[in-house]
Amino acid sequence: MTQHTPPAAGQPVTTPILSVRDLSIDFHLRSHILHAVRDVSFDLHSGRTLCLVGESGSGKSVTARALLRLIDPQARVAGGTITLRDETGAELRLDGMAPNSREIRAVRGGRIGLIFQEPMSSLSPVRTIGTQIAEALLLHRRMTKPEAKAETVNLLRQVEIANPERMADRYTFEFSGGMRQRAMIAMALACDPDILIADEPTTALDVTTQAEIMDLIARLQRERGMAMLMITHDLGLVAEVADAVAVMRWGRIVEQGPVDQIFHAPHHPYTRRLLEATLKLDSSAKREAPRMDGTPLLSVRGLGKGFGAVNWRGRQTFAIKAVDQVNLDLWPGENLGIVGESGSGKTTLGRMLLRIIEPSTGSIRWQGDAAPAEVTIMNRPDLARYRSAVRLVFQDPYASLNPRMTVKQVIADPLVVAGGLKGAALDARIAELLELVGLDRSAMERYPHAFSGGQRQRIGIARALALNPRIIIADEATSALDVSIRAQVLDLLLDLQRRLDLSFIFIAHDISVVRYFCDRVAVMHRGRVVETGSADDICTRPREPYTQSLISAVPNPDPRNRRMLHRTRFRA
Amino acid sequence: MTHLVHTPTELPPDRPMAPEDTGPAISPLRPGDDPGKIAVASQWTLIWRKFLSNRVAVFAGIVVLAFYLIAMLAEFLAPTSPSLARPQFTYAPPQSIGFFVPDPDGGRSWQPHVKGYTMSVDPASLRRTFTIDDTAIIPIGFFVEGPAYRMWGLLDANMRLMGPLDASQPMNLLGTDALGRDLLSRLIYGTRISMSIGLIGVLSSLVIGVVLGALSGYFGGWTDLVIQRIIEVISAMPTIPLWLGLAAAVPVAWSPVTVYFMVTLIVSLLAWTGLAREVRGRFLALRHEDFVTAAILDGSSRARVIFRHILPSLTSHILAVVTLAIPTMIVAETALSFLGVGLKAPVVSWGVLLQDAQNIRAVSTAPWLLIWPSGAVVLAVLAFNFLGDGMRDAADPYET
Repeated sequence: MTQHTPPAAGQPVTTPILSVRDLSIDFHLRSHILHAVRDVSFDLHSGRTLCLVGESGSGKSVTARALLRLIDPQARVAGGTITLRDETGAELRLDGMAPNSREIRAVRGGRIGLIFQEPMSSLSPVRTIGTQIAEALLLHRRMTKPEAKAETVNLLRQVEIANPERMADRYTFEFSGGMRQRAMIAMALACDPDILIADEPTTALDVTTQAEIMDLIARLQRERGMAMLMITHDLGLVAEVADAVAVMRWGRIVEQGPVDQIFHAPHHPYTRRLLEATLKLDSSAKREAPRMDGTPLLSVRGLGKGFGAVNWRGRQTFAIKAVDQVNLDLWPGENLGIVGESGSGKTTLGRMLLRIIEPSTGSIRWQGDAAPAEVTIMNRPDLARYRSAVRLVFQDPYASLNPRMTVKQVIADPLVVAGGLKGAALDARIAELLELVGLDRSAMERYPHAFSGGQRQRIGIARALALNPRIIIADEATSALDVSIRAQVLDLLLDLQRRLDLSFIFIAHDISVVRYFCDRVAVMHRGRVVETGSADDICTRPREPYTQSLISAVPNPDPRNRRMLHRTRFRA
Repeated sequence: MTHLVHTPTELPPDRPMAPEDTGPAISPLRPGDDPGKIAVASQWTLIWRKFLSNRVAVFAGIVVLAFYLIAMLAEFLAPTSPSLARPQFTYAPPQSIGFFVPDPDGGRSWQPHVKGYTMSVDPASLRRTFTIDDTAIIPIGFFVEGPAYRMWGLLDANMRLMGPLDASQPMNLLGTDALGRDLLSRLIYGTRISMSIGLIGVLSSLVIGVVLGALSGYFGGWTDLVIQRIIEVISAMPTIPLWLGLAAAVPVAWSPVTVYFMVTLIVSLLAWTGLAREVRGRFLALRHEDFVTAAILDGSSRARVIFRHILPSLTSHILAVVTLAIPTMIVAETALSFLGVGLKAPVVSWGVLLQDAQNIRAVSTAPWLLIWPSGAVVLAVLAFNFLGDGMRDAADPYET
């Protein structure tokens, strides 16, 4: 009953190098079978990139790993064929091979290279980068040790690692995230594979690093004529690199075709919804900026945090300045975004505002009460009052809810500690809070593990709202969520702001989210605020070179206007 | 039901789309199983389910429960009093139970029984030896009247689970010791002491270990430094000589029960360090979890953060560690009593029983004196270890 796609318009009529037909994978769990992948079919062509797009749990990673038979023991391939062809047209069936057989090991690394999402955990920490790459060469290409060593250096040079001779003798932890991913790519390329599978290769990286890595992969693919299967959840990235796209949801490919068709003439309602959510976040929410002439709610002056040791004379030396001389103001009703790459100090700044981390220098002035107060010198009871007015929403919706408590206990905790509410009144307040964040009151008796990421984040928001706060600090509150859920949560926050007269400090690395949500944006780089301005100005007319490079590295979800290729590069 | 989208030219606008899925595809393994049920399950329900799937641990759990049941009902289960000496039956071998006796008319009739003994005296050494006499039938039965006892020190009774119908006849299913006391009865009474010393000892080390471990892990800094150094000093002490010394300090005039509590206390004072380290490690890991930070921001006091937010996430781990600590206690008590510095007669424990098997002559004449008490120790320790391992695995139900 399955019809297979003939080469679609815009694709060359070549024999695909890898064909997958009706692949199905079942997970045999304790009480049920999860059909993680259902009847998936696609082709990979030399020199072209197919992007497998989907939200978490769609089965995209399992599909990719199944090609190399790298699946969990409780997963079983329930049906379908995987055919690999070489230049002569000889066919090799991968689906019949035993998971650890000699044949499949020859394919892994030899004909198909794999890049994982998290380069730290996929590289061994106890051996040098050079020996790990050389191992693949010794195994698959039967080189002698000196040959392998020379080839390793050559590969590291190809992936644009400076001083490859020296860096080959370094360990993983001496590399930055981007460099580790480059080393991982070098390892995947060691045996000159025909196919490169990249499983979310840049998700753990900053946008500028992501742009560099994608440049590198594109160049290597062009030079070597490899076919690439890229797995990602980021439609912006897809638009930048893909030739063809397959959209997965709940184990099925709901739509596949050339990239232009998927972005400009999508058929399936799910594809449309996904695109809408992505494009929505690429605009601003069109709300009126609040007045900025009164007293600000919160004024931060010269705030700094240094980490380092005490020197031999007992004086504090700050080897690392995580946050350095930051000045910020937050007016009532305003949404202030703090944007920066990892290590820019944005999370430390957010935590200092609540004194979870004690500031080393500077002042935080709280002007929400009748009399202005200095947060950095507050005593315990005052600090507790301040913390009930300024609340935090966490990044990770899984770690921030106590797994041993029901939703009711989680949300009630701040109310119980504050005292006053008991019994039926407490229940009524919790039901009200749940309704406010769009959850049913029946959620009360459930445990956090019963909820999806988006719902958990709503529970976290309800907890933050419990004490009628004035300011909510959202620390990467949407970065762990899928794109469609992300838009919903942001709209919820905007709606709550209208209803409850809130101000937000929104910490994020994702510029599109900040653009949608914030009135003003502060861009942080190496602990300092390099530029502050209205969200539209920062996103369309950045002044500082760093901001320019950051904005131009953000993938644009339109394959007809690829932004990453002509981006501004920043050298500091 | 594959749905493949074709190029727009091939796709007529009115072509029906595949029906949209509403969720991940799941088929239950057994009909009627609802994967959604897990959504409202508490942590403990999940832990219990995971534990039940580990057959070895469940079996070990049943064995442990059986041991405690025996300990509770010792008076009723033991055929006779553990201190009842019958000098006429010293080192009598185990008897086996038979069910049919030959009738005078050549048939066989139903009568549970044990065989009696015949005694012979070695003329050279004047030592008495007993052999089973197949002709002497001693009828036995269930719920018979035996030597009187006070159940749990409250109820006067003389009902025994099983025993000889005539209380003056010998029934020694596991043989007797040098004074002719029934080994089975002594083993059953010994279970009570040996199994409870594990529990009581672990409970007191639990309190010390959890409190000091929690303080050490949560506050860190100087508190941590001091507590960790204390732990290191204590774990560096050679245990057996220390026990010997402390036990020697126990006044001779104390009653056996007081000595029993002192021994427990001594054993547990040295055993809390492992638990404290475990708890400290978990606290260090959880201290910076987001949900703990959230609790601090909610205004919770330190005590509330420790006891309401962090400790509940540790209880299953603590339970597992405790279960693994009990066998150490049992072995420690056995070792102390065996060396003669722990419990002493008339208290009966497995260690005290093993004391009887100290000399090689006793072992060669009456090997049962060594086999049964040490078998009981081995079985109990193994059961606790398997149970503890199973509990530790189940404590994290989200891992597959």
